[in-house]
Amino acid sequence: MSKKVVAMLLAGGQGSRLGELTKSMAKPAVPFGGKYRIIDFPLSNCVNSGIDTVGVLTQYEPMELNAYIGTGQPWDLDRNNGGVFVLPPYVSSSSERWYAGTADAIYQNMTFIERFDPDYVLILSGDHIYKMDYAKMLKYHESKAADATIAVLTVPMEEASRFGIMNTDDDGAIIEFEEKPRHPKSNKASMGIYIFNRSVLKEYLSADEKDPNSDNDFGKNIIPGMIRDGKRMYAWDFEGYWKDVGTISSLLEANMDLLGSEPKFNLYDKEWRIYSKSTGMPPHYAAEHAKAEDSIITEGCYVDGEVRHSVLFSGVNVGTNAVIEDSVIMPNAVIGAGAVIKKAIIGEGAVIGENAEVGCDKLPSDPDYETKLTGDITLISGSVAVESGARVPKGMVVTAGKRERR
Amino acid sequence: MTNNAFGLIYTGEANAMLRELTFSRSVAAVPFGGRYRAIDFLLSDLVNTGISNVGLIAQRNYHSLMDHLGSGKEWDLHRKRDGLFILPPFVTKDNTGVYRGTIDAIRSVLGYVRRSSQKYVILTGSHTIYNTTYDDMIRQHIESGAEITIMYSVEHGFDRSEQFDDLRLTMDADGRVTDLSINPYFPPTPYRGCDAYIMEKERLEYLVEEAAAHGDSDFMRDVLVKNVDKCRIYGWRYDGYVARLDSVNTFYKHNMALLDGAVRSDMFNPKHPIYTKVKDEVPAKYIGSGTAVNSMVADGCIIEGRVENSILFRGVHVCRGAVVKDSIIMQAGYIGENSRLSNIVMDKGVSVLNGRNLSGHESYPVILRKGSTV
Repeated sequence: MSKKVVAMLLAGGQGSRLGELTKSMAKPAVPFGGKYRIIDFPLSNCVNSGIDTVGVLTQYEPMELNAYIGTGQPWDLDRNNGGVFVLPPYVSSSSERWYAGTADAIYQNMTFIERFDPDYVLILSGDHIYKMDYAKMLKYHESKAADATIAVLTVPMEEASRFGIMNTDDDGAIIEFEEKPRHPKSNKASMGIYIFNRSVLKEYLSADEKDPNSDNDFGKNIIPGMIRDGKRMYAWDFEGYWKDVGTISSLLEANMDLLGSEPKFNLYDKEWRIYSKSTGMPPHYAAEHAKAEDSIITEGCYVDGEVRHSVLFSGVNVGTNAVIEDSVIMPNAVIGAGAVIKKAIIGEGAVIGENAEVGCDKLPSDPDYETKLTGDITLISGSVAVESGARVPKGMVVTAGKRERR
Repeated sequence: MTNNAFGLIYTGEANAMLRELTFSRSVAAVPFGGRYRAIDFLLSDLVNTGISNVGLIAQRNYHSLMDHLGSGKEWDLHRKRDGLFILPPFVTKDNTGVYRGTIDAIRSVLGYVRRSSQKYVILTGSHTIYNTTYDDMIRQHIESGAEITIMYSVEHGFDRSEQFDDLRLTMDADGRVTDLSINPYFPPTPYRGCDAYIMEKERLEYLVEEAAAHGDSDFMRDVLVKNVDKCRIYGWRYDGYVARLDSVNTFYKHNMALLDGAVRSDMFNPKHPIYTKVKDEVPAKYIGSGTAVNSMVADGCIIEGRVENSILFRGVHVCRGAVVKDSIIMQAGYIGENSRLSNIVMDKGVSVLNGRNLSGHESYPVILRKGSTV
């Protein structure tokens, strides 16, 4: 049976700006918001928008992601007709190669798309946190009889030069696309979410493949090419929360955006649930010395310390009188008694020794270290053990095999 | 060995001592531990033993139970071969659809028992819960040459007013049962049955048919007690935590016991996870200086007030200034601003409006009925 729309989720990127966090997993598999992973957002958006056929394009460190997606059951995507499909690069009789770019990844899976004979193809990124009704965007696309529609977000004018900017006419038709313009003419930023008419998409992807000079990229090649040819391209205005969590600071910030009584991003939405794979842990236990202030605490946690303005993932253990502030503690990490964690991301299964200080001020006697990726956020990689009483100053990255001095 | 057994869970217990808690649900569906129901433990025990064929005898008020179980996939019991079989009452020429007792109920599902390919059956009720696997019990059953093995725990202390289906075992030095009594005036031993039995399925069939032929109706009384001399019955001792949810008081007591770390790690031993229906709630959120102390808090809760020594099920909202003490708040409870609760059992979906002051007593927790507003 044919489908009206097939979604293709680009999940192959390494996310190198997330540093240690994506050392052993693709960016979409990075934990987010207490019990989710980044990919839960686009997948849940698909299901909530009535899209039941999703191809997930993987390439970089796919194991964690494959295991996570499984049959697609947590998202209700285990279907007889359609469902979720993990699509890694493959060897065919005519070629064997990796995905050369976003456009090439879709091109190489054209057979998958055609199998469902869809009218439209929705292209999504696996590294954005947002709730979007793609059905509304599709309705807009149809009403404009467009060849392609691009979701755009209105950003502050002074930040517009950080984005791909769409210049449109009064009807919303895109007349120009500028990648990170120095002097932006508009503040409509591309969100990397596209709807294409399938036939047009195929035509452009095929042509792009034949061009040896192309980067095979939607933003750099396909979209500008279509605008150049005068195709009907429309910008669809999205209103609401959207965040690209491609850097350590934006990842921390997006987690913090969930906190407070009027959070910037509200997950408590029964009409638009975000689904995730259950860890099956019991409710969290707040012990005698537990104190929590504007925080999120997930099932399986044991808390006997103070948690302020932080996000605790499932199975985190916070020892007696430990203090956690402005931080993200990923699944199953252990924070020893009396430890103090400030503005840090603690990786999955890391162990912070008793009375250790993470994110403390840097002393003149501390050695120099690189903070290009982290800024003032301290990052402890997954499964790392920080010794009792150790000091880890602001912005430092602690990876396995590197011992903290006392 | 474990693959050579199947589970049969009887969920038809009527129990007046659970009062409002079972007005609209069967005992098996009674909530426990912040996100579970009693049946989750029994199913998980079987599944963690490696058993993949489970029959569940439904009898009364089983709507919420069916809703909870669905296809059984949360327990990995959605299988091509075997899986979860829900067996509701049905009418045939010699079956009126209303069971007179456990024997009647088991007899009506003998078709399922016969069709099951496994040799042994693990028969349980649904209000005695624990977290274990049955491996050792099966092993002992086979090695001892028993015809029936009864799981028991050691129970000290005794309250006659709480007595319900209290099966006491007297055993000889080898563990063979020499006497059984139900609700004895003075318990002869501290060995109390856990409502779990192992036997060959052919023996179950024989015993049940025999009992029915004599007009008997109760499995415990007519099959077990009456056959102590004729049958080789052995006890298998279980030393872990056993929660008997057979009255409002025991319901309250065993839920509250989870606030003790030792009980919690026994009932939620990560080696034997307890599976339940996934609700896709968001993690619990503390707003402002909302605080919980010595409490279990499930996902989906919003805490703006203060929670002490309590169990909060999924999606409970404790508003600013509210204080909840020594209470059990079931799913989607709402506690308005500046309200104070102590020793309260709030059933599902109860709302307590702003500024209310409610308290029960440890010995008599007050139940707020499902869906009510105070």
